[in-house]
Amino acid sequence: MIRPLVTRLFDRMHAHPLFRAHSRKAVISLPFVWLLIFMLLPFFIILKISFAQMGIASFLPLTQFKDGVLALNLDLTHYQFIVQDQLYFRTYLNSLKCAAWTTAWCLFIGYPFAYFMARAKATVQPALLMLVMLPFWTSYLLRVYAWKGLLLNGGLVSTILIKTHLDWVLLQAEVITERGMFMNTEFALLVGMVYTYLPFMILPLYATLSKMDGRLLEAAADLGATPWVGFWKVTVPLSKAGIIAGSMLVFIPCIGEYVIPELLGGPQTLMIGRVLYDEYFGNLDWPMASSVAVVLILLIILPLAVFNKYQAEATEVRP
Amino acid sequence: MTPVSTSDAKAFVQIRDVVKDFGAGSLAVNNVSVDIHQGEIFALLGPSGCGKTTLLRMVAGFEIPTAGRIVLDGLDLDALPPYLRPINMMFQSYALFPHLTVWENVAFGLKREGMPRQAIAERVEAMLKLVQLQRYGQRKPHQLSGGQQQRVALARSLAKRPKLMLLDEPLAALDKKLREETQIELANIIREVGVTCVMVTHDQEEAMTMANRIAVMSEGKILQVGTPTEVYETPATRFVADFIGNVNLMDGTVVVDERDYVEIDCGFCRHRVGHGITGTLGMKVSVALRPEKVRLRKTKPDGDLNQVRGTVHDRAYFGSFTLYVLVLPDGQRLKVTESNNERNRTDAPAEGQVAWATWPDTAQVVLTL
Repeated sequence: MIRPLVTRLFDRMHAHPLFRAHSRKAVISLPFVWLLIFMLLPFFIILKISFAQMGIASFLPLTQFKDGVLALNLDLTHYQFIVQDQLYFRTYLNSLKCAAWTTAWCLFIGYPFAYFMARAKATVQPALLMLVMLPFWTSYLLRVYAWKGLLLNGGLVSTILIKTHLDWVLLQAEVITERGMFMNTEFALLVGMVYTYLPFMILPLYATLSKMDGRLLEAAADLGATPWVGFWKVTVPLSKAGIIAGSMLVFIPCIGEYVIPELLGGPQTLMIGRVLYDEYFGNLDWPMASSVAVVLILLIILPLAVFNKYQAEATEVRP
Repeated sequence: MTPVSTSDAKAFVQIRDVVKDFGAGSLAVNNVSVDIHQGEIFALLGPSGCGKTTLLRMVAGFEIPTAGRIVLDGLDLDALPPYLRPINMMFQSYALFPHLTVWENVAFGLKREGMPRQAIAERVEAMLKLVQLQRYGQRKPHQLSGGQQQRVALARSLAKRPKLMLLDEPLAALDKKLREETQIELANIIREVGVTCVMVTHDQEEAMTMANRIAVMSEGKILQVGTPTEVYETPATRFVADFIGNVNLMDGTVVVDERDYVEIDCGFCRHRVGHGITGTLGMKVSVALRPEKVRLRKTKPDGDLNQVRGTVHDRAYFGSFTLYVLVLPDGQRLKVTESNNERNRTDAPAEGQVAWATWPDTAQVVLTL
């Protein structure tokens, strides 16, 4: 009963003159409304809290109407504090650094992975794709916990790293502080982050690489490009969209990541996600926490906006 | 069209006993040997799946022959990967690099050679001038029309001055009108540059207008190699006769074999073939007769030979000519085209009317079965 009804409603909607006249607007309006309610509205609430003064039990109102005067009280002290306090600055920087390294390693591991997946036999590809997505069947919290066991003293990965003397290399790279100790280090944090976010890099890369026209590589070879040159001059530029999409999907959630630094990075890890958690639920200083969150969002959105503008200009059709 | 002498020019490209087996049961290319001369445009013509593209891709180096060898100007191509062969290809639907401008597309091969910057700029400008796209250097391929893209592809494949140029269905992506104009233009540019050229096409008109010589292929084999006139006027097999242009095929037996003519009995119609062929009496043969060599009359012509009576079953007006389909007494169909060189002809037979088809004794081609 329901199916025919839905079908009819769907067809009716599309046949309706109003829908046909404004179909483009109608199609984007639905996700737009969604974003409005679940993204923009909460953001404005956070923004409002960030400008609020803390009263005894709750925030003081931003606007006050008294004796015919409308007063707007914007408390900027929290923002001031963020700018002045070295700790916040260092935390933001460290989060960005950590996200950047994670993105770089995901790209370094994910690109060859996606490349060979896209070039594999068409019959094997679904199986490979399945393998990439398989970890999602387990909660990522559990998988991060599992890494704890692997990296602890006597853990499998830990033992292998010590036996192969790779821990010496890691020490030289200054991602661990002592040979044989991996837990609560930058190394553990990076391993956890890369492991968790790798599929988000591979999937968009695979999508662009598998769509690529193989004849373009033949054309490059025909014009004298060795396979290596063809890869850098044709494959990589043409997978730019996938590289960007994958990097965004990894970079953005990495900045605010909370669970992995908490579980693998140890207490000394400075990540903005942890600061946010502490401000909200430890100090219960919501205006301060909201200010930190707003700055974080601006930090992510500004480069995105600049990038989008540049992208739009680059793809614009010249007359 | 400048004819290339086939006898004294030495083979520039030698394709010898080339076999390609994809393991699909039948051979994609089945023991092909052919010589291509310097400076000629050589067309591989055949229906899809006949192996022509596979043969071309083996010359380019994208496929490795299962057996046989390909030699270009004394250079054995066997061991050379595509990027080391002095060959450039114009791909079907062009395969232009979408992320590069027209200028960069044309310069791509030159940069790989490590040519100095100044020399590259000069060569690219010259190439763009050759194809009349000087003003389009900074555009991306998607900002060009199909015809312009085709010219960029041509410029790109000519830029390195290859010894041999390969064209894979060069005009298939263009619409009919543009294709006809481009055929001649493309052939002119290639001849101006003087590069030897192998093209693959399924379009016989394209092959006939552009190529000096045509190899007709079917099921992995070359059936006939010859000039456009040769393959059209004297096809070697039933397949060639049927594939190139329109043809009426009639089976018959040789009944008279004289010194300067033979007569072939095809049931309702008796052929007298006046050009130099001989056969043995009673030999089974096919007679191929092009529709445009047949004339249609409303009254019975004199004599008994080279004529047949039929009913006009269908009449299709094509503008410059009209196609008649005549049903012969035994149910066979005979196609006849009459050129419309007169407006509003009144003596043309109408559908359902009886008409006689007649042809001169030079019109037929006799094919042994």
